[in-house]
Amino acid sequence: MKDVTFGQYFPTKSFVHNMDARVKILAVIAYIVAVFLVQTYHFLGFLACFAFVVIATCAARVPFGKVLRSIKGILFFIVLSAILQVFFNTDGKVVFEWQFIKITESGLLSAGFIIARITLIVLGASILTLTTSPVEIADGLESLLSPLKVIKFPVHEFALIMSIALRFIPTLLDETDRIIKAQKARGADFESGNLFKRAKALIPVLIPLLISSFRRADELADAMDARCYSGSKNRTKYKKMTLSWRDVLGLLIIANLIAGVLLLNTIYLFPWVI
Amino acid sequence: MAILTLENVSFSYDKRTRAIKNVSLQVDKGEYIAIIGHNGSGKSTLSKLFNGLCVPDAGEVTVDGFSSRNKKDLFEIRKRVGVVFQNPDNQLVASIVEDDVAFGPENLGVEREEIGKRIDFALKAVGMEKFRHSSPTRLSGGQKQRIAIAGVLALNPEILVLDESTAMLDPQGREEVLSVIRKLNKEQGVTVITVSHYMDEIVGADRVFVMNDGEIALSGTPEEIFKQKEKITSLGLENPVCSEIAQKLIDRGLNLPDGILTREKLLEELCALK
Repeated sequence: MKDVTFGQYFPTKSFVHNMDARVKILAVIAYIVAVFLVQTYHFLGFLACFAFVVIATCAARVPFGKVLRSIKGILFFIVLSAILQVFFNTDGKVVFEWQFIKITESGLLSAGFIIARITLIVLGASILTLTTSPVEIADGLESLLSPLKVIKFPVHEFALIMSIALRFIPTLLDETDRIIKAQKARGADFESGNLFKRAKALIPVLIPLLISSFRRADELADAMDARCYSGSKNRTKYKKMTLSWRDVLGLLIIANLIAGVLLLNTIYLFPWVI
Repeated sequence: MAILTLENVSFSYDKRTRAIKNVSLQVDKGEYIAIIGHNGSGKSTLSKLFNGLCVPDAGEVTVDGFSSRNKKDLFEIRKRVGVVFQNPDNQLVASIVEDDVAFGPENLGVEREEIGKRIDFALKAVGMEKFRHSSPTRLSGGQKQRIAIAGVLALNPEILVLDESTAMLDPQGREEVLSVIRKLNKEQGVTVITVSHYMDEIVGADRVFVMNDGEIALSGTPEEIFKQKEKITSLGLENPVCSEIAQKLIDRGLNLPDGILTREKLLEELCALK
């Protein structure tokens, strides 16, 4: 279980890696907006988004396979939403009919549309997680959310909780591994039986894990107290985030993408549907 | 000059059984103090009393004139008394070494440039400057504990308390950590208090306190303590292996001097025998 790395950060040096985490987060949000701006059945907009993903992947010097692999995790979700579209969108010309099943042109088109939309969103987001370490993302979010301090939102605490959670993931994975081994040594069986049985077999793993997490949290709180932690008051920050020409260029490209999508929205590929 | 004073200190966690009973002691600037005791003797509670993580029910703990009874002074006390705990995994806050070392100074509100200098100093002091940008999860136990010590050193403490900080380490890791601490005491003049249940760790200390059942059962120089072999055994502690071997050899009629504590000394005396 040791080789489980959290997230999918791909450490290397590249144009995208060197961009400011804040800008990358904003860029991904803008990109998602662009994907949603593509109007129903206007597939050309998706083509523009896909072109953007390809360019970004090249600029990030990440193997394309790594980006594509991110879809695997939500494949089930994509297929399910496509099936729902095919069976429940029953407007327009019927292509296939058998008993209560009715498949229409617009059903097929909207299924394709939803597949393209979800896939593109995941691809774009995975470029962020591939090129930005979890810590950078947490720091970036802290900085981006800092205006919320005005309405008393505990931005610093929120970011600290996130980075501590990230910091403890490998530790807790190690611990899980150890507990599983310890329980196996006592004769616990995790490999046989049906799904329900196997889930039940995990209880003797989860409970010690939960208890030890509480103990760890307690000790960590003491250690933080001992190191003079007293909230965000009068606290300085060692790492400073700086914007560079890369960030400006990146944002310009995103702006172009949104403009391109809006323009392509005027071209309609399937005028006969609806 | 006394930097840390305990005056008739008593403390209990549950208001019924007292973990610390009427303990008084004084630590001078630059001293190397060892506190030992078996599990449950109250030694860990004592170390938490030193920096105000526990506040005495009766009596007073004073650090450099600040009493831990005053909530306002706790910050000042923790600035002066740095505590390193047992489990390095539960003390590290950040996923990158330099960020973790920066945590303390950040809490104190130290300026960015000065934090950089403190990180340089602290990592150099523990011999970990090469790992500045690494992730602690990939380090060994001894190395992680050295990072934890660096994190405390970055606060510029006057007293360094090590609460069982070598207990979870292998012999090599333990030696790593102890040599760093001895160096800090000798070269930087940091007052050191080690808390442990290993008799081996009192070697080299200026003064030793043996805790039993919440009280100081014995105190003196390491040599004075080691002379009372039966007393030590009755307090649930083990004499250092080398002194046991030396004693057995003397019993067998070998002409060795009393008070051999370290492997080096034993080796030297054995070679001198001929």
